[in-house]
Amino acid sequence: MIRTTLLACALSASPLFAQDDLLGLLGEEETGPVYTNASFKTTRVINGHSLENTAHGVLDFKISHRFGLLNQGIKNFYGLDEAEMRIGLDYGLTDRLMIGIGRSGYQKTVDGFAKYKILKQCDSGCEMPITLAVVAGTSIATLQQQDLPWYRPDITDYFTHRISHSMQVIIGRKFNESITLQLNPGVVHRNLVAGTDDPNDVIHISGAGRIKLTKRVAINAEYFYVLPGQLDDVYKNSLSMGFDIETGGHVFQLHFTNSTGMFERAFITETQGTWGDGAIRYGFNISRVFTLHNPKKKPD
Amino acid sequence: MIIEPNKENQGTMNSLKHISLVLAMAPLALMAQERFATRNGHIAFHSSTPMENIEAHNRKVTSVWDATTGAVEFAVLVKAFEFEKALMQEHFNENYMDSNTFPKATFKGKFGGVTAADLKKAGTYPVDVSGDLTIHGVTKPVTSKGTITVDAAGVVKATSEFNVKPEDHGIEIPGVVRKNIAEQMKVTVALDYAKM
Repeated sequence: MIRTTLLACALSASPLFAQDDLLGLLGEEETGPVYTNASFKTTRVINGHSLENTAHGVLDFKISHRFGLLNQGIKNFYGLDEAEMRIGLDYGLTDRLMIGIGRSGYQKTVDGFAKYKILKQCDSGCEMPITLAVVAGTSIATLQQQDLPWYRPDITDYFTHRISHSMQVIIGRKFNESITLQLNPGVVHRNLVAGTDDPNDVIHISGAGRIKLTKRVAINAEYFYVLPGQLDDVYKNSLSMGFDIETGGHVFQLHFTNSTGMFERAFITETQGTWGDGAIRYGFNISRVFTLHNPKKKPD
Repeated sequence: MIIEPNKENQGTMNSLKHISLVLAMAPLALMAQERFATRNGHIAFHSSTPMENIEAHNRKVTSVWDATTGAVEFAVLVKAFEFEKALMQEHFNENYMDSNTFPKATFKGKFGGVTAADLKKAGTYPVDVSGDLTIHGVTKPVTSKGTITVDAAGVVKATSEFNVKPEDHGIEIPGVVRKNIAEQMKVTVALDYAKM
């Protein structure tokens, strides 16, 4: 009897002492999964795709330039007198699926791609250490047959000959606030190649990463390693390094690269310059986003 | 065979006595603790400048209020604020709130001017809110006015509105966007409390 009374007293009294932690009374929180965000500033590292997607309903207008060769010296204003361009539009159909199209001056090429995020790295409420995405792209060169370096004069100019495809798997992880690394093995398929011995499929294993210097500035680098024995010696692996500068709605990417083209066939299989000779180019990508549609909007 | 069930009955009777005793004490405990809680309160903030208006909504606010003592606590998951533009949300978390380092904003304080007894009757009661607001890891004392509304069905709603200066909480706003972000954020709070 006394014991029961004591127990009841203890039960009724204990909450009085527990007031320092009122929220603790609610027990464990169920906040649901929180996914890692802002692994890269934008959807490209430099030439290649990053693990990021354009968010659902967001249109990303990208203008990119690659200037002339740095080692041309002052006569050509270190390459700045000339430029290759790509104008592109990317759109997020969902938070996981984005599509994009672009037009490059390089071989007068139209390119398009789709990128799908299969796995999303998780911060809390779920367990997933990496982000996994796939990118599939197609490019169509519209330059005159005789001006395309890989077009043999003896063959018929079929439309399909002008097409190439690329496929990449991106496995990446944001290790902490500043460091993100990704590995992106892939293949470029060229419907037509210059020599009969040249392979149509070119396999590469590539990597990219960024280090954030401040909240709005990061250093990026990417390297596309083409497995040996596939390409002629004049073609080099693409290496690019640069800065991302974010200013609210814009991301400015300023970099040096030995590649000229800004779609997969061009920078993975047709890069000719080498860093050692100074045969590199200054370049920039400017990204400006527009929110066309807000999927989260709820009537208030 | 007949006696044994009787013995069992006696045992049951004994424990029933104990339980009824505990139950008899329980109302005392409940009277002393009028607590209310929610896990899906709504907090929004608005920034309005001639350049642009920014607003964000968080509908996963947790709060516990002890009407007996007046003590109240709030916790807000920073990443759960939803913006109209995805990029704004990313920048809010990455560039301003450092939400990986400071995942939660909290408030710990008191609702003054309303008693547990008031809540028995339907009506609107003004409350004085005071306490410590922690945002971005920086704690500042705040005071504000709010209202508690009890409807005929006994549902308790709490609302309040106050201003927060980002600079007070160590949130830096660079010059480039200074004109796009208001000096003071208007914060509105609306909760439907359920009895704990």
